[in-house]
Amino acid sequence: MSPVALQMTCVAALLGSAVLAIVLSRLGSATAVVYGATLVVSLIALIGSIRWLLGGTGGATDLTLPIGLPWLGAHFRLDALASFFLVVVNLGGASASLYGLGYGRHEHAPHRVLPFFPAFLAGMNLVVLADDAFSYLLCWEFMSLASWALVMAHHREPGNAKAGYIYLVMASFGTLALLLAFGLLAGPAGDYGFTAIRAAHHTPYATTLVLILMLLGAGSKAGLVPLHVWLPLAHPAAPSHVSALMSGVMTKVAIYGFIRVIFDLLGQPTWPASVVVLFLGGITAVMGILYAMMEKDLKRLLAYSTIENIGVIFASLGLAMAFQANGLKLAAALAFTAALFHVLNHSFFKSLLFFGAGAVLTSTGERNMEKLGGLIHRMPFTSFVVLVGCVAISALPPFNGFVSEWLMFQAVLQSPELPQWALKIMVPAVGALLALAAALAAACFVKAYGVAFLGRPRGKSAETAQEVDRFSLAAMFILAALCLLAGILPGFVIDALSPVTIEILGGRMPIQSNEPWLSIAPIAESRSSYNGLLVMVFITLSASLVVFFIHRFASRAIRSGPAWGCGFSDATPAAQYSGDSFAQPIRRVFGTMVFHARDHVDMPAPGDTRPARLRIELHDLIWEGIYQPIADAIGYSSERLNRLQFLTIRRYLSLVFATLVTLLLVLAIWS
Amino acid sequence: MQMHSLAFDISHTLAGGLVLISFMMLYQDRLYSLLNVFALHALVLALSVAWQAYVQDAPHLYVTAVIALVFKAIVIPVALHRIVKQLGIHRDIESAVGIGPTMLAGMGLVALSMVLMLRVTADADPLAREDLAFALSVVLLGLLVMVTRRNAVSQVVGFMSLENGLVLAATGAKGMPLVVEISVAFSILIAFIVIGIFLFRIRERFDSVDVSALDDFRGERR
Repeated sequence: MSPVALQMTCVAALLGSAVLAIVLSRLGSATAVVYGATLVVSLIALIGSIRWLLGGTGGATDLTLPIGLPWLGAHFRLDALASFFLVVVNLGGASASLYGLGYGRHEHAPHRVLPFFPAFLAGMNLVVLADDAFSYLLCWEFMSLASWALVMAHHREPGNAKAGYIYLVMASFGTLALLLAFGLLAGPAGDYGFTAIRAAHHTPYATTLVLILMLLGAGSKAGLVPLHVWLPLAHPAAPSHVSALMSGVMTKVAIYGFIRVIFDLLGQPTWPASVVVLFLGGITAVMGILYAMMEKDLKRLLAYSTIENIGVIFASLGLAMAFQANGLKLAAALAFTAALFHVLNHSFFKSLLFFGAGAVLTSTGERNMEKLGGLIHRMPFTSFVVLVGCVAISALPPFNGFVSEWLMFQAVLQSPELPQWALKIMVPAVGALLALAAALAAACFVKAYGVAFLGRPRGKSAETAQEVDRFSLAAMFILAALCLLAGILPGFVIDALSPVTIEILGGRMPIQSNEPWLSIAPIAESRSSYNGLLVMVFITLSASLVVFFIHRFASRAIRSGPAWGCGFSDATPAAQYSGDSFAQPIRRVFGTMVFHARDHVDMPAPGDTRPARLRIELHDLIWEGIYQPIADAIGYSSERLNRLQFLTIRRYLSLVFATLVTLLLVLAIWS
Repeated sequence: MQMHSLAFDISHTLAGGLVLISFMMLYQDRLYSLLNVFALHALVLALSVAWQAYVQDAPHLYVTAVIALVFKAIVIPVALHRIVKQLGIHRDIESAVGIGPTMLAGMGLVALSMVLMLRVTADADPLAREDLAFALSVVLLGLLVMVTRRNAVSQVVGFMSLENGLVLAATGAKGMPLVVEISVAFSILIAFIVIGIFLFRIRERFDSVDVSALDDFRGERR
């Protein structure tokens, strides 16, 4: 069986599981059957795509199915780029299925989730495999609708209906942009196969338009600022393993679409285009993490952090475009590898963190971190893996997040080689934005972890929390192990990505597996190198030594006594450092400008016994500045046009008549 | 050549007569006279179609002519006469827009369709060109009748004169298959039945076939 046929068989099996789920959904065992099936199928697809990627020499394989448009058929193709993204999709799918085996038991309406979960996975696989514009758009819409159904699974919870509505509107908008982009790409000849589009010559005018439309279409799905508004509403609304898939995987499918069109179908990028992508990426990264910093809801915080990571990936892609446009193949391959590596990493740790948030939600029923606290004592395993995820997403060595961001900054440091002054100035500026975003991300996850898992419980639910089931823990531990493995053995990942860079850019990074001691050297050893294994060994050894010396030479006797409470002997848990108080310095520095944040202190007069209150006022300027006016304009005009609903029959006839006569007049005057 | 010129003149005259009768419809303010004019309209249409059948040597067009004659010139006007009588509205005088402006608008529409059709079909057969221009005029005038009338019966008549325009256009072009014409005829018949039934329903409910009664019912003002 050819590799692409294997993948399509897996997709068919997923669709079959969706049908099976409809049949079984009322049975008690349906959850185990469906998630078990998706787990097995995703693993097969994962192994198939990894083998294809590592085999490396296979060449692309095609498959044409006699469905879809009669003269076109449905084309599917497996090449290096597709197989890499299939790895991301199916790894996310397999881990979410494993997690779902445990998490799904707590689902109170499984018949709303089970049929759509395999369909969603199938949709994402199909988008990556599609090789003509028609199948691509169809599968893209299928994926969007399946995920929309999952967002609406708990439609009675407050806010979810609004989230679903906004998601639907934004998804239709994005698909419209993609439709126009592919229409432009197909040109007047109207050949929608990707092979024909690749071979065709595109005018600069069309190329620019396609770039803008792709930024709108793929960008709205991925969450580029200012098209991100649906993402922090919709991702958290879905069940947690679906949130993990949407944040960790579906946004990557959008990035796949962007890469496929901009790098592959359009051919050589131009440098002014890269400026736009770089700028949007940098802004998205900083805005996303600033939003996350202000957030109290654990899952929404993670969703906003996804926006930040999407910004990082888009900035790396912009770098790759800039280098590629100037023929700097090595630097382009470096930036592109950094982007792909970050795609992989983000799918690992974002899935892991959403699973952790889901575990917290299962055992406490809380998403608001201001009501959590002290979970490290009650959920030790979950706390451990979430800590790993937080360290990884904060880009700290020896985990994987550090490697991809380090590679990206290595690419930023290549910017003096670029000939255009605009890029020479732009790239370091974006680099500074990304550095700021990375630092803020660390602060954000210190806040999330510190408030939710450390300290004392702030509520009854956090006090009575229980550790979650084994399936969920297994899924989280596997992802945490992958975070560590990718962090200490980055050379293997970089080498595995080289077929993709060769296919898309025509160049590759130096072979890393030849480097001594498993270190990586992106350009040359004399310039920079990093060894994750060595860093980990050093961290482990030094930490162990410190612990050993403290225990050996400090007093070994364990004494217990009352903690010093600064004079308040029985402080309530509410007196702890809260998430808002942790975020206050950053709110003061950035929020005043970005969110028009104001603190209002309501201090009672002396002698008054009511409590003092601190109220924080935040404005989402993007929502209020862009979306609210559009919504108002639509509301206003539909209010006005509403009168057309109540005309007399004769008036309707007159309207038809007037329209006809006007059109004829136009024809008479202009023909 | 001489024969061809004569054929052209006759079909031209018949089509022009159809436009003229459409104008006559515009200023009829009694229902009976409107129905009579409509019957005349259908009669001229039948003549025109028959002439086309003879000129084009297309015998199936005679079928269309017979359909037009039997249904549109006889059955439907007679049926509508009976309806008007049953409803007792034969004395009604009605017109939403004054006759003067209506006639002026009709002239404008005919001018528009002439200008448009003669320009668009510059390189077509001259017979078909004139025919299409007249047919478009008839269609537009039929629409104008529908728009300027308030009574449901006269709107039905306007609609059917519009259909006559369509048939004129269809027969003017060579090689139109019979199936299309039969389907057109049947669509008119069905529309007539449906509208007839609706007239009675409206009448039953509102004691009037003035469609403004419907508007009153919906709480709207005209």
